Amino acid sequence: MHVAHLSLADFRSYARAEVPLDPGVTAFVGPNGQGKTNLVEAVGYLATLGSHRVSSDAPLVRIGAERAVVRAQVVQGPEGDTERRRLLELEINPGRANRARINRSSQVRPRDLLGIVRSVLFAPEDLALVKGDPGERRRFLDELITARAPRLAGVRSDFERVLKQRNTLLKTAAMARRHGGKGADLSTLDVWDQHLATAGAELLAHRLDLVAALQPLADKAYEQLAPGGGPVGLDYRSSIGDDALAGAAGREELYGRLLEALTAARRQEIERGVTLVGPHRDDLVLRLGPMPAKGYASHGESWSYALALRLASYELLCADGGEPVLVLDDVFAELDARRRERLAELVAPGEQVLVTAAVDDDVPGLLRGARFSVENGTVVRQ
Amino acid sequence: MYEGVVQDLIDELGRLPGVGPKSAQRIAFHILQADPADVRRLAHVLTEVKAKVRFCKVCGNVAQDELCRVCRDPRRDPAVICVVEEPKDVVAIERTREFRGKYHVLGGAISPIDGVGPDDLRIAELLRRLADGTVTELILATDPNLEGEATATYLARTVKPMGLRVTRLASGLPVGGDLEYADEVTLGRAFEGRRLLDV
Repeated sequence: MHVAHLSLADFRSYARAEVPLDPGVTAFVGPNGQGKTNLVEAVGYLATLGSHRVSSDAPLVRIGAERAVVRAQVVQGPEGDTERRRLLELEINPGRANRARINRSSQVRPRDLLGIVRSVLFAPEDLALVKGDPGERRRFLDELITARAPRLAGVRSDFERVLKQRNTLLKTAAMARRHGGKGADLSTLDVWDQHLATAGAELLAHRLDLVAALQPLADKAYEQLAPGGGPVGLDYRSSIGDDALAGAAGREELYGRLLEALTAARRQEIERGVTLVGPHRDDLVLRLGPMPAKGYASHGESWSYALALRLASYELLCADGGEPVLVLDDVFAELDARRRERLAELVAPGEQVLVTAAVDDDVPGLLRGARFSVENGTVVRQ
Repeated sequence: MYEGVVQDLIDELGRLPGVGPKSAQRIAFHILQADPADVRRLAHVLTEVKAKVRFCKVCGNVAQDELCRVCRDPRRDPAVICVVEEPKDVVAIERTREFRGKYHVLGGAISPIDGVGPDDLRIAELLRRLADGTVTELILATDPNLEGEATATYLARTVKPMGLRVTRLASGLPVGGDLEYADEVTLGRAFEGRRLLDV
């Protein structure tokens, strides 16, 4: 798929912007702080309903405006000689529900947009996948899961909500204990355990499937980026214990294991007032050779690893059908000459590749294509 | 800011559910310009509703007397109790004219975030109603969201030793709608709850 037209109103620094796009490579070049990333961020927002830069929606709306609107003409196909065009519109209302339309029909919820625009974003922040906290890696897995199966967005939000309820209950109980009262009401804890395990098992099952599918692709991509540097291995570390995980196959079994682990951890959870078991405490350990990449890999190796994970996501989404848009946001400036050329070779055949760079020289020669200059919030085709 | 009592009125209206500051202001000026008799009638029903309306001492529904209309009605089946969160849910189910049993209004759902636990709901009253053995079926009609489901699970666990039939309202497709517009969760539930078509 590709985006044929992107239109922004009051999004970030743009009062208005109309950007016609073609398949193939398009580069946005301009000095820092002029709004290059804002353009690709909008594409990413349609794909994930979230920004890769901020967790709340407020910064996405231009200062002084009430709402931002992102519109994209999306083309799927051609399969045979038919192609499918759809106009997606998303109105971002910070603090209130966002509104979405597909082909001018207002009968849709924002969640219905998921899965139409698919994108894989490479950004300087990706280094945190390797060097950062487990939360970065969990988010990477969960976003990919939602891109492949939009229904899981609901499971994710259910899980978050149960977790919040359960944590509040534990916290209240822990407070009551500390202040001398022994009888905090924990009679509903079993109920929350059950609901946490239900949503948790579904999320966990999808994460395990994803890691298994991603592993060979990441290894292949790493080999292409840094020949002979691997192998890379992805190990899912669960808070229910690796033994418990190893024996459990399906969602049903994971549900049982999660409940057992919650029961085992209960005393500690009540003391500390927080949920200690579940997918929200898990990590994805990235191995390079026999060692974990975090703490052992060099800066360059960490970059190759992060790129390999993104390339593996791209391969995976392609295999599901429907090629995603590749977005490379300011990454080439971060890479040495060799990695830069390798990456360019690997992404160049993509159906649509959007690149941002501060100066012309940062765009590798292989990625010659359409070019826009971005300055002072105006986007001009060269 | 408006002067004195006008601002007081706007503040009070703004505390009502679903009324923001702009709406509160519009309602306040509507009242200022309205016919004095109309305003007196509104003030009258407002005080009346607090003075006269009580909650049924059996089921917790709104009532004019000690018992609500449903609990007073001898034709209603005392063997079946339908548990709901709010009095407005009773009204919704009554509109169907399908249910001939009695109700029990909990007054909310379990939600630690909002500080609501089982003791804050009318669960002890429900257990007392179940104690004498007349009730044979309990229908759990709490909202189909997380808190409603949690409350239903909690009730089902609590009454399990009593050995009565506990049912939960089905989730599924809206009648008269199109299958394609159903969201995945609802459609998934509808699949789980599919039934044999006996012809």
